[in-house]
Amino acid sequence: MVRNLKSLVVLPLAAFLSGCNFVVLRPAGDVASQQADLVTISTILMLLIIVPVMALTIFFAWRYRHSNAAADYDPDWDHSTQLELVIWAAPLLIIICLGALTWMGTHLLDPYRSLDRVSSNQPVPAKTAPLVVNVVALDWKWLFIYPEYGIATVNDLAAPVDRPISFRITSATVMNSFYIPALAGQIYAMAGMETKLHAVINEPGTFEGFSANYSGAGFSGMRFTFHGLDKRGFDAWVAKAKSGGGDLSREAYMQLERPSENVPARSFAKVDPDLYRAILNMCVEPGKMCMSEMMAIDAKGGLGMAGINNTMPLTYDKQARRGTVFGPGPAYVAGICDIAELGGEGPQDAKPRLPSGPVVGAGLPKPDLARVSLPPLERATYLIPRLEKNS
Amino acid sequence: MFDHIDLVKAVFGRLTLESLPLHEPIVVVTFIVVALGGAALLGVLTYFRLWGYLWKEWFTTVDHKRIGIMYMVLGIIMLLRGFSDAIMMRLQQAIAFNGSEGYLTAHHYDQVFTAHGVIMIFFVAMPMVTGLMNYVVPLQIGARDVSFPFLNNFSFWMTVGGAVLVMMSLFVGEFARTGWLAYPPLSNIGYSPDVGVDYYIWALQVAGVGTTLSGINLICTIVKMRAPGMTMMKMPVFTWTALCTNVLIVASFPVLTAVLALLSLDRYVGTNFFTNDFGGNPMMYVNLIWIWGHPEVYILILPAFGIFSEVTSTFSGKKLFGYTSMVYATVVITILSYLVWLHHFFTMGSGASVNSFFGITTMIISIPTGAKIFNWLFTMYRGRIRFDLPMMWTLAFMLTFVIGGMTGVLLAVPPADFVLHNSLFLVAHFHNVIIGGVLFGMFAGIAYWFPKAFGFKLDPFWGKLSFWFWVVGFYFAFMPLYALGLMGVTRRLRVFDDPSLQIWFIIAAFGAFLILLGIGSFLVQIYVSIRNREALRDVTGDPWQGRTLEWATSSPPPDYNFAFTPVVHELDAWHDMKRRGYERPLGGFKPIHMPSNTGTGIILAGLATAMGFGLIWYMWWLAAASFVAILAVAIGHTFNYHRDFDIPADHVAGVEAARSRALAAPGAHA
Repeated sequence: MVRNLKSLVVLPLAAFLSGCNFVVLRPAGDVASQQADLVTISTILMLLIIVPVMALTIFFAWRYRHSNAAADYDPDWDHSTQLELVIWAAPLLIIICLGALTWMGTHLLDPYRSLDRVSSNQPVPAKTAPLVVNVVALDWKWLFIYPEYGIATVNDLAAPVDRPISFRITSATVMNSFYIPALAGQIYAMAGMETKLHAVINEPGTFEGFSANYSGAGFSGMRFTFHGLDKRGFDAWVAKAKSGGGDLSREAYMQLERPSENVPARSFAKVDPDLYRAILNMCVEPGKMCMSEMMAIDAKGGLGMAGINNTMPLTYDKQARRGTVFGPGPAYVAGICDIAELGGEGPQDAKPRLPSGPVVGAGLPKPDLARVSLPPLERATYLIPRLEKNS
Repeated sequence: MFDHIDLVKAVFGRLTLESLPLHEPIVVVTFIVVALGGAALLGVLTYFRLWGYLWKEWFTTVDHKRIGIMYMVLGIIMLLRGFSDAIMMRLQQAIAFNGSEGYLTAHHYDQVFTAHGVIMIFFVAMPMVTGLMNYVVPLQIGARDVSFPFLNNFSFWMTVGGAVLVMMSLFVGEFARTGWLAYPPLSNIGYSPDVGVDYYIWALQVAGVGTTLSGINLICTIVKMRAPGMTMMKMPVFTWTALCTNVLIVASFPVLTAVLALLSLDRYVGTNFFTNDFGGNPMMYVNLIWIWGHPEVYILILPAFGIFSEVTSTFSGKKLFGYTSMVYATVVITILSYLVWLHHFFTMGSGASVNSFFGITTMIISIPTGAKIFNWLFTMYRGRIRFDLPMMWTLAFMLTFVIGGMTGVLLAVPPADFVLHNSLFLVAHFHNVIIGGVLFGMFAGIAYWFPKAFGFKLDPFWGKLSFWFWVVGFYFAFMPLYALGLMGVTRRLRVFDDPSLQIWFIIAAFGAFLILLGIGSFLVQIYVSIRNREALRDVTGDPWQGRTLEWATSSPPPDYNFAFTPVVHELDAWHDMKRRGYERPLGGFKPIHMPSNTGTGIILAGLATAMGFGLIWYMWWLAAASFVAILAVAIGHTFNYHRDFDIPADHVAGVEAARSRALAAPGAHA
C-alpha cells in the first residue's frame, strides 16, 4: 500500500523533472562538474544536521502539545551544560568539515588558476597551450576575440572539446557577468579591469551562455551560444569565420559597441591585433589616454596640476549623455602614446597567483616581489617632459 | 543677459509634462485608482472631522506606542505596494515565453524589480522591525518612553518622507532601473541620466536619517532607561536583539549614507569615485554598499529572532532554554556580520584566499544561528505548547528558515557560488530567509503584541487562513525558483527562450497568488477583529500568560506605561512578579513627568522631502528654500520651552481605578 502510494507520488514527479535540464548539477565541462560535486557534497553535509532538526521540531511540537497531559512538563528547566555543549558543537563540527572543503575547493577551482586536468582521469597533456579567448561585454551583446586565429565573433563562441580554454574578460560598458552554466562558474566583466576564467568542455554540444548580472534595458537578450566541437568541427568553424569576411577595425568596433539588443550571431574574419588591449585600457577612441599609460604616469607621481590641462572635450560618446549638471563638461584624458606603441599587457594582475598543480595545503605562496611587474620607468620619465612642452 | 535663462526651467528644473508617465496605461490606471482611493480617504477624514484628532493625537505624538503603531501602518501600506510589484514580476515572467514579450516593457519591468527590492527592505521590513522595537522595548524594560521622544517622532516622519519619495516616483518621473543596490557604473549619470537613481538616492538618504537617529534613540533607551534591578543579563531576549540590531544600525547606516553621498557627487558635480573613467572604481561602491548591506540583513533578522524567543517561551509555558547562550549567540552574530560582506561578490575576481576567508566567516555565522534554533527546540521540550497564531508562525519559521539557512551556507562556498550567484536559486534563498525569517517573525510579533496595543486579540480564524495561505504560498512561489536556479536561470530576466521553463514560473506565479490571498486574509483579519473587538476583548493585559514586563500593565497601556516603575529581580520579570503574588498598587500615585507633543518632526521631515524632490528634479530654488527652512525650523524648535508636562496624580489615580473596575468586572479573567 505504502509502496503504491509512493510510486503514485514519485513517478509523476520524476516524469515532471526528467523534462528539465538541471545543467548546474549535470554540466558538460570539468570545472562545472567539480563545482556541481561541491554543491552536492555541501548539501549532504548540511542535511546531516538540518533533517534531524526539522524532525525534532515536528516531534517536540506534537509531543508537548498542550492537550497531551501525558507528556512531561518542566517549566523551570532552562539549562543543561551537556546539551549546550552538543548544540554548539554539532554545527561547529559540520562547519569545520565544510570549511576545510571550502578552503580546498576554492583554491582548486580558482578561476584564475590554469587547469591541470582535462577531466577526472585525464591530466592536461604536456605542451598543450590553452585556447585564449578575449571576451568583451558590450551593450547588450558579447564580443569574442580569438587572438590565435585573428578572428572575432559576436554572441557566438566555440571551443574544441578537451582543450583548456583561457578566457580574458573585460567590459566596455557597465558590469556584466560571463556565465556558461554547462562549462564553468561565472565571473564578472568590468570596464578597465580584466578578470580571468579557465575552463574546459568535455562533451560536444551546443550550450547556452549569457550575462548573469543585470546591465540595463537589453539585458534579457544578452545571450550567446557556446559550441563544444571536436577538432575537425572547430577547424571548420574557424574556417567559416575566416571566409565569412568582415574586418573588426577600431572604427568598426566603435560602431559595434553602440547599444543594440537581441543581436544575432556574426563573425569577423579579421581583427585589429591591438583591439582587445585598447578596449581593456579604455582607449579605443583615437587620442584617448590608455589606462596603462595613465597608471605608468601615476606610478611616477602623476602629472600634478599639469594633468588638468591634458583633457579634451568629449566628442564621441556611445552613451546618450555624459557630464553632470554642476560638473565640468564631458571630457577625456588625451593620450600621448598609441596603444600599439605602449606594449605590455595593460593593467597588471597585481597579485601573483598560485602555481598550477595540486594544492597541498600550504596556503598562499610567500610574496614574491620579482613576479609583480613594475611599470616601465624609462618610458614614463620620458613622457612627462614631452607633455609639459605641449601644454 | 537674461535671454538664456529659461523661466520654466528655472522653476520646474527638468520636470516637464513628458515626465508624467501618461504613455504607460498600467501606471495611469494605478494612478486613477490611487487618486480615487486617496480622495475618498481624505473625504472620509474631513467628513468625520478627524484631521484635528489625527494631528493632535497621532501625527505630533511623541508617545513611543503610537509611533510604533504608525511604523506598523507604514510597513503594511508599503507591503501592499511592494507586493504589487512582486505579482507584476511573477506575471511577466510567467507569460514572457515563446516569443511573447510579456506585458511590461524593459523600461517598466526594470523599475518594478528595483522598486520591489527597495520598498520591501527599506519601507516594509525596516518600519515593521523599528515599529515593533519602538512599541515593545520601553514596555519590556519598564520605561515610560524612549530616551528622546521628539527624536523618535522625527525619525518616523523621515522614514515616511523616504517612502513618499518612492511612491511619488511612480507617478512623477520614474524610479531607478538599476536593481535595488544601484551598482555603478549603471547607476552613474552616463548610463542612468534620468531621475530614477536620484529618486533612489534621496529616498534612502531621507529615510536613512530617520533610521540612524532611531537606532541611537533605542540604544540610549535600552542602556540608560531599564527598570531598577534589570541588569543586562536580566533583559528580555527581544530587548537584547533590539539592542544588537540598533548597534548594527548605528554602525552601518552611516556607511550607506556615505556611499550614496559619493554616488550623488558623481551624479551632480562630476566627481569620479565610481566611474569607469578618470580613475574611478565601481568595485569600491560594491564593497561599501555591502559593508552596509550585509549587516542590514541581520538588522532585520535579529529582532525576529527575539520575537521567536519570546513567543516560544510564552507559548511553551516555560523559561527560555539557554538564555545566556542565546545572548552570546546574538552578540556573536552582531560582530560576525561585519566580516562577511565580500561573499556577495565572490565572482568579481578576488583571490582564492580572500574568497575562502569570507566564505568560512559566513559559515561560522551559522553556528550561533544553529545554536539559537536548538535553544528554541529545547524550550519546546517538556513544555505545554499552546498553538495560538504566534506559535504557529514560529513553528513555520523553524521549519522554513533552516532550509534558507542551508542554501545560504551553500552559497557561502565560493565555487558553489560561482555557479549559483545571481541565479534564481539566490533569489529563492534570500526570500526564504527574509519571508521565512523576518516576515514570519513580524506576523508572529503582530499577533503576539496586538492585544497589548489595542486591548483585544486578533481574530484567530482569519489569522490562521492568512497563515496557511502565506506558508503554502511561500513554498509554491519559491521552491520552483530553487529548481530554476539549478537549471542555470539567472535573475532579473524579462523574457525567456526556453519554453520548458515556463511551467516553473507558472507554479511560482500561483504561489504569489496564494500569498496575495494571505495578505488579503490578514487585512480581513484586522477588519473582523476590530468589528468583533468586544468579543475578543482582553482586560487582563496579559492574554497569553506572558513573562515579560509589557504584560504587567493594562492593554492598551496608559500614556505613562507604568504608574510605578517596576523593580526587577529575575529574568522573566512579570512571570516572577506573578509567582510572588504581585499586588497592583492602588494608591499613593504621584504626578508623572511626560514629554509634550510637537509638530516639529513632521514639519522638518516634510521640508526634507521637499528638498529631496527639488534635488531630484533640479529645482534648485526649492532645494535651497527647503534647506534654509529646515535650519530655521530646527533652530526655532530649540526655543520651544513647552516640552514637557506632568500628568497629575489625580488623573493617574483615575486611570488606575478604571482599570481596577474593569478587572473586577465579571468575565474579566475568562
